[in-house]
Amino acid sequence: MLTFTLRRLMLAIPTLLVISLVIFLLVDLAPGSPLSDIPLTVPPDVRQKMIEAMGADQPVFVRYFLWLRQFFWVEPAYLFDSWFGTTWSEGELRILSWQSRSPVFTIIGQRLPQTLTVIGTAYLVGVLIAVPIGIYSAYRQYSWFDQAGTMFAMIGFSVPTFFSGTLLIIIFAVWLGWFPTKYDTQLVVNDWESFLKQVRQMAMPVMTLGLANAAAISRYMRSSMLDNMGMDYVRTARAKGLSERTVVLKHVLRNSLIPVVTVIALGIPAIFGGAIVTENLFGVNGIGAALIGAIQGNDIPMVQTIAFIFAVLIVLFNLIADILYGLLDPRIRYD
Amino acid sequence: MTDVSTTQPKPSSQMRDIWNQFRTHKGALFGLVTLGILIAAVLIGPYLWIPEKLSVAEAIKLKNQGPSLRFPLGTDQLGRDMLARMLLAGRVSLAVGLVAMVIAIVFGTFIGILAGYFRRLDSPLMRLTDMFLALPLIPLLLVMVMLFRDRIAGVIGPELGAFTLIVFAIGITSWMATARIVRGEVLTLKEREYVLAARSIGAKPNRIILRHILPNVVSPVMVAATLGVAEAIITESVLSFLGLGFPPDFPTWGRLLFDGLQYMQVYPERVVWPGLAISLTVLSVNYIGDGLRDALDPRIRGR
Repeated sequence: MLTFTLRRLMLAIPTLLVISLVIFLLVDLAPGSPLSDIPLTVPPDVRQKMIEAMGADQPVFVRYFLWLRQFFWVEPAYLFDSWFGTTWSEGELRILSWQSRSPVFTIIGQRLPQTLTVIGTAYLVGVLIAVPIGIYSAYRQYSWFDQAGTMFAMIGFSVPTFFSGTLLIIIFAVWLGWFPTKYDTQLVVNDWESFLKQVRQMAMPVMTLGLANAAAISRYMRSSMLDNMGMDYVRTARAKGLSERTVVLKHVLRNSLIPVVTVIALGIPAIFGGAIVTENLFGVNGIGAALIGAIQGNDIPMVQTIAFIFAVLIVLFNLIADILYGLLDPRIRYD
Repeated sequence: MTDVSTTQPKPSSQMRDIWNQFRTHKGALFGLVTLGILIAAVLIGPYLWIPEKLSVAEAIKLKNQGPSLRFPLGTDQLGRDMLARMLLAGRVSLAVGLVAMVIAIVFGTFIGILAGYFRRLDSPLMRLTDMFLALPLIPLLLVMVMLFRDRIAGVIGPELGAFTLIVFAIGITSWMATARIVRGEVLTLKEREYVLAARSIGAKPNRIILRHILPNVVSPVMVAATLGVAEAIITESVLSFLGLGFPPDFPTWGRLLFDGLQYMQVYPERVVWPGLAISLTVLSVNYIGDGLRDALDPRIRGR
């Protein structure tokens, strides 16, 4: 197991390096660079200074390696310094956003809690809805509940979040007036009233994303349960007189959860990407919103860094899913 | 199978078997009918429903109309007929889905066959596939569209430029699933006796691939293709929804939805119609894919 993990980690390094190069080059070599946006009324020597200040006059590969060094050495060093009060990163330049001139990671640090509260809750809600639906659908296969579950999943796959979200806004915010249309990022939860307000403004984004996630996960849960229901050990458990409840919820469920857990782990990075739409629609000031803002403002370092963080998350959770699979299922041994 | 009947059953072709199995899937039939109606509407509709030419003054007077006989879906904030716009937008949306799918399928099948058939290429190509799977696609697509839109629009015009860019971008970022499926199929197919026989009489690899392997990977590829159309339509509308898709005078359903968002509180139907069209299309395509998967699997067929 350990050697497998180490081998996968070693493989992840070149993958991430290539991805970082792709992201860097795609963004960097594109024609619409911020340098072309400098107005022509700016005198040439000032323009030259602006370009130098942004570090954009260096060759591409120099900038790539500087960026890599900043990402993998300077930024962790800063984090380490702020935790333990050391001075490793003194005098080093952090990755700066071209829009705000503040470090990209500071902005990400400000935005991340918003994303995690909303998106994290949505994913949790999705899983909590999906697992019972999947269990009961499989237990009563082809019943009306199962048919309805299949229908629900199909619709959940097919209706894009930007439409289900808008529908929710029209119904619950415009017609019924239950929830606010926009998410208030400034809200501080410190008493019961503000907590209720937070719950109300989170309700719609969480529902939108939660339903979309639940659709996919409930299908995996159902098919995994069905695979296990016909196994010999289930018949044995029934034959020795265990109650249906124990058979389904202890024996079958535990074994069926193994693939589902890995699917859930694999879905985590995807929700960061898919959340861009939801954040945009409800005005949640999270990472997705930061990315859209950076793309529209031609903020190259910000776009590169956020896109690369997404890539790191994908690779990391792929690895976690593989390791989890091996840990949970003793029949699977990688070595 | 074992009982001998006196009357020979009518010989059935493979297509007929597939169709018979497909017919039993209610959802798939519903999808086929709905998609057929939608395609017919966007193909023929613009010829049947010709919006009347309005002068600017008339158009301003007739803006934001509700549904009426004259404007079945009302008019938008510039007095344009929504039904005509929906029909034209549907053409573009469906075209984006189809063309992007074709690019993804051709590319994916090509990579999959190379990786499956030639052992030397297997490892590097699969690493490439893994790498593409690890790319954050939506952010990258947004960046690509944002950065290259103006440049391409300058070369071949804003409409065609946006179309080419978006279709190409979606196509080259969604071939990975197909490549993996095809590689898996080819790996088992190339060990079959008939491929060995073909090789033993001296057939060249490209002939074996075209003649013996390709026809046998058609069914999984078809299922992947159907689901690919749905995915491409959704991706395009996400781009349009974030304001990075097609220009406003060349609408798609996603773009219409994006335009309607500002007026959502007053005229919710302007968001509902395009959203409903996208959802219905994707739903029916997904159902067709589901039905095809069952119908093309000979183990399920005939049960």
